[in-house]
Amino acid sequence: MSQAYEKQNPAFYALLAALVFMSVGPVLLMFTNSFKLDVDITSGTSGLLFFPTIQNYETALCDILWYEPKHLEFCSLKFGGAFINSLIIALISTFLTLVIGCMAAYGLVRFRFMGRDTVSLTTLMVRMVPPAVLLVPVFGLWNNEFCLDRDGLVGGAIRDTFGGRGDVCLAGTHAGIILVYVAMNLPFVIWILQSFIIQVPRSLEEAARVDGAGPFQVFFKVVLPLIKPGLAAAAIFTFRIAWNEYLLASALSDRNTRTVPILIVNNMSEFNVEWGVIMATGMLLAIPPIIFTLFASRQIITGMTAGAVKG
Amino acid sequence: MSIARANRLTPYFFMAPAVVIMAIALLYPLGYMVWGSFKDWDPSQSIGEAEFVGLKNYVTLWNDPNFWESASVTLRFAFFVVSFEMVLGVGLALLLDRNIRGMSVLRTMFILPMMIAPVVVGLMWRYMYHPTVGTFNRTLDSLGIPGVDWLGQHALTSVIIADIWQWTPFIFILALAALQSLPRSALEAARIDGATAWQQIWYIKLPLMMPVLIVTGLLRLIDAFKVLEVILVMTEGGPGLSTEILALRISRTATEFRELGVAAALSNYLLLMLLAFTLGMFGFTRWQEARAAKIRTADEEDA
Repeated sequence: MSQAYEKQNPAFYALLAALVFMSVGPVLLMFTNSFKLDVDITSGTSGLLFFPTIQNYETALCDILWYEPKHLEFCSLKFGGAFINSLIIALISTFLTLVIGCMAAYGLVRFRFMGRDTVSLTTLMVRMVPPAVLLVPVFGLWNNEFCLDRDGLVGGAIRDTFGGRGDVCLAGTHAGIILVYVAMNLPFVIWILQSFIIQVPRSLEEAARVDGAGPFQVFFKVVLPLIKPGLAAAAIFTFRIAWNEYLLASALSDRNTRTVPILIVNNMSEFNVEWGVIMATGMLLAIPPIIFTLFASRQIITGMTAGAVKG
Repeated sequence: MSIARANRLTPYFFMAPAVVIMAIALLYPLGYMVWGSFKDWDPSQSIGEAEFVGLKNYVTLWNDPNFWESASVTLRFAFFVVSFEMVLGVGLALLLDRNIRGMSVLRTMFILPMMIAPVVVGLMWRYMYHPTVGTFNRTLDSLGIPGVDWLGQHALTSVIIADIWQWTPFIFILALAALQSLPRSALEAARIDGATAWQQIWYIKLPLMMPVLIVTGLLRLIDAFKVLEVILVMTEGGPGLSTEILALRISRTATEFRELGVAAALSNYLLLMLLAFTLGMFGFTRWQEARAAKIRTADEEDA
């Protein structure tokens, strides 16, 4: 075995290099192109011989820059605002999903509420539902049903203070998008977290109970610190989905709550694509997930395998 | 006494938020969709105002050749994507299951494509497939080979390649984890008995990995039906209907054609299809397990 291994070495490493190149290459390509002028991208002077410029990033971020970029007449791409929307939505929905999912997973495991099989099955069933299927009902509900009526007390008060057409709906608000993301991610988070909570020894909790801690104290002071790796994995996955999702966000957001993926798709469907700028926006959208991947790849792999391998 | 009651109610407290949110934002919308699919429903109306038309939306779709084209594209996409990714991912896992330095760095590199937004993946590949400035055609050009009309004539293949790029690592990671959790004793016994590397893979490793591989394949299959953003950005479903998967068709029916009732019926068809697949896979694994168990007991009786 070891002899065969030695013999294979050069070819083996060549294969590895090719694989790494294939998986990282497109990302690197986008990275270098985001520093090129459109002239350089389209003229065919491929390779690394170009004059790097941050002009594309200036164009993308023009609405939150503290200075006015020289090459721009006015700021048409409101990337900065969309970036902030994305951040708000992704962070809040991640936080809420974790808190709620954690409690539910703990309740399920410790109080033997339902069988583990039921939870796994529900998770699979919900995972089966494509976001596109939720598009129609969520669009209808969020626009027409989940509203504070204009005649009602709260709705009336909001209309009196802010004006507008009267009834205040979930559509077009951050809260509306966050609600869908939390619901979409909960089953997966519960599934991952319960596989971690099962491993927390029951005796620890009982010891805390004997010392006079209530159920909530036990949960927050004993269980939570012990399942940190699981929390990290769940957080990354939830954040990733909330950060990257396009379809539901595009149906539910208005001009002020647009997220970055919507901005990118809108700019891609124009006839004349400005490759440099669009790649800069793509790079900015990709940066948070890339950072997570580089620093927390172990947690990501744990999260991915926890579901399928431990099942 | 009251403490005992509080303890009894605790599980409900812990479960309540999750149950409420999922009921409001998952179950209720799904029920609403089923109800809406029986109506002639326009985005400007609320569902109460829409006219009840019974099964009309389903019948319209059933007789619509575009629906069948879309369904066939979806099935072809899912089939090719899952089979190529399974073969490649498991193959790579078998190949790279060695103790080499830097394995964790390697895995980090491999999971990168999965973590990046689908929208961005579509963007990158649309650039690389571009007929004149794209990477592929430029490379072909410099080699003296005429360029390929990637997103035109070969749109579905191109979309499948992009998805394979993004999701093969998922299979790879899971297969590798399964490989590394195999019982060492079985492998060692096989080695001592003189099994060749191929025999080890074929008779020991693959059968032992099978449960995980089935779950992995199922998860990937489910996700393949969800792919939408990558295709939307790369081809917008075109040219013609050649890459218009059902998810994309739902979104177009709802936003472009403004027929929410039809879109809801379409969603229900997609859901039924997925349900059939999932249950079929479950049934198949159950049947296989039962058969394996029967063979085992028969063997024991013989012995």
